[in-house]
Amino acid sequence: MAYDYAKYLRKGKLPHIWCAGCTYGIVLKSLIRAIGSLQWDKNDVAIVSGIGCASRLPGYVDFNTLHTTHGRSIAFATGIKLANPNLKVLAMGGDGDMTAIGGNHFIHACRRNIDMTVFVFNNNIYGMTGAQYSPTTPKGAWATTAPYGMTENNFTITDLAIGAGATFVARTTAYHVAHCEKTMKEAFQHKGLSVVEIINACPTGFGRKNKFKTPTSMLLWMKDSAVNIEKAKKMSEEELAGKFTIGVLHKEEKPEYIETYDATVGLKK
Amino acid sequence: MAKKVEFMMGNYAIAEGALYAGCKFFGGYPITPSTEVAERMAERLPQVGGRFIQMEDEIAAMASVIGASIAGAKALTATSGPGFSLKQENIGYAMLCEIPCVIVDVMRGGPSTGMPTGPSQSDIMQAKWGTHGDHPVIAVTPASVQEQFDETVRAFNLAEKYRCPVFVLTDSIIGQMMEQLVIPEPGELEVVDRLMPDCKPEEYLPYDMDKDVNPMPPFGSGYRYHITGLHHAADGFPTNDPELHTKNTVRLIEKLNKNYDDIVKVEEFMTDDAEVLVFAIGVTARSAKHAVVEARNQGIKAGLVRPLTIWPFPEKHLDKLLSKNNVKGIVVPEMNLGQMTFEVQRVAKGRCGVEGLYSLMLDPILPGEILEKIRRFV
Ligand SMILES: Cc1ncc(C[n+]2csc(CCOP(=O)(O)OP(=O)(O)O)c2C)c(N)n1
Ligand code: SF4
Repeated sequence: MAYDYAKYLRKGKLPHIWCAGCTYGIVLKSLIRAIGSLQWDKNDVAIVSGIGCASRLPGYVDFNTLHTTHGRSIAFATGIKLANPNLKVLAMGGDGDMTAIGGNHFIHACRRNIDMTVFVFNNNIYGMTGAQYSPTTPKGAWATTAPYGMTENNFTITDLAIGAGATFVARTTAYHVAHCEKTMKEAFQHKGLSVVEIINACPTGFGRKNKFKTPTSMLLWMKDSAVNIEKAKKMSEEELAGKFTIGVLHKEEKPEYIETYDATVGLKK
Repeated sequence: MAKKVEFMMGNYAIAEGALYAGCKFFGGYPITPSTEVAERMAERLPQVGGRFIQMEDEIAAMASVIGASIAGAKALTATSGPGFSLKQENIGYAMLCEIPCVIVDVMRGGPSTGMPTGPSQSDIMQAKWGTHGDHPVIAVTPASVQEQFDETVRAFNLAEKYRCPVFVLTDSIIGQMMEQLVIPEPGELEVVDRLMPDCKPEEYLPYDMDKDVNPMPPFGSGYRYHITGLHHAADGFPTNDPELHTKNTVRLIEKLNKNYDDIVKVEEFMTDDAEVLVFAIGVTARSAKHAVVEARNQGIKAGLVRPLTIWPFPEKHLDKLLSKNNVKGIVVPEMNLGQMTFEVQRVAKGRCGVEGLYSLMLDPILPGEILEKIRRFV
């Protein structure tokens, strides 16, 4: 039987605004399947985003959805979760949204370990505003604000999350759809703050001017560059050059924030 | 039963007022001279089943407050000048998205980091125009510890009733001083809760443009809907339609204008036959009252207009006095260089003289200084 995506979509709000070849639609499919497989009641799910192409996603799905200000989704989500811990809260946005303007909220959420999930849709560029560089634009890559090539160093989003104390950190890509769905599901099931970096393709903003002639070439790049973390452990540095790992990169059990707070202040549940 | 009377700091009284109104969430970031509000909430919220969080900055604090409100909690934050500036982005969000919440600004001297411990009334215009775009504002202005409590309750009520952020604009003198506070019994003061829908979830419209105030079910209640800081249509989804955007913006402003009588509270003291009015808020109004009494002792027909709501501006009240009385002049003392005076001049429309009395000296303006200004009009 065909998968019933319609159950989770706001059909009246389609077609979406994303460009042809943008991989956000693919990730949306994985998201629906991940939530669907957990059989969560739609009323119990709150999806919060910032501003950017990625952040338009919540508008298309039939949950409690909040499209906030640029970079602030995690902070809004924190308020939602504290006011109603029964909600399953997901904050999501682009690499710029989450790690540039939203960088402060990102690291502090990792530190607090509130039971919610953060997705960073990393397409290495600011898509919505027309291809300005982001904290993940590779050195030397072209962007409208790096017309001579990106000169700044990058964030590795997953390292940033681990360093800041996130208790579940994973990376996946829009090409690896089954892996993407599985990783999202694991993140949702983790108790504490989970971060999933999802490598995406922005053919309009990034690809065209960075030697990816077609959207397909960007997907092929993901296919060829992604190495499963388990496999990577057996590979040498030379073999891994120019590649990135996917899978669960870090997982640990730590007391969850709201449980700790409630117990400490004597709040009865 | 004997009344519960305490000797309390103004900032604590705000926290107690918030709890009386049913506040269950505080998200904040410390800044002098507002910090005691956060400290009190950190201690008190768990005792009433609420949660406190110190966020990483004011932007986050404001965001968390909006999030908590969307999830159904009455929510509070407190700050001072520089923090108020940082909150403005998300305050605008709360205005457009019609999210009830209360923001306390214990005013300190600015601009910038300015005068951290210096009292001031210099955020009057920041409260009105701090965030971008056209929007309505409600700001209440207590002048005593008791009013810190009472006006905070009123601020929550207005926020819930009209589905909007409400400011408590106070200053470091009222915030930091201690006075007697009579804590009302539960039920003694009105406590307003937000409107809930009675329609089926499929029929619910979060932003019906033909209604002044729409019901607001919390996330998780079975009413699933979308909220966005983009201009939106009745269903909450983004729209680029300029007519709809115009209609909604006007609606937001009119929703408060239409309810002026319910929102705008003004204390008038000896204004019936007054020929010289003093228009003042907060700590300055306390000096102004002394000045008016002294003027009366000297045979001058002076009166005090003390707004407890500065936004919407109490123009109807002022207009009525100006059309009824033979007012020669209005004295506007304020601890800034003339923010409120502009508004008074606008309403006076040249019908009488308007004289500002400004001070950045970090001490309250004294009754004697105000009296001297009053005398100039007689
Ligand atoms: C405070 C603020 N600053 C700047 C912007 C403009 N802006 C909108 S989206 C965006 C960047 C989007 O890039 P990213 O988060 O990587 O998401 P993408 O569009 O690539 O999905 C910027 C800078 C804004 N909306 N708000
Ligand atoms: S600009 Fe880039 S990120 Fe935005 S929709 Fe188009 S392809 Fe996707």
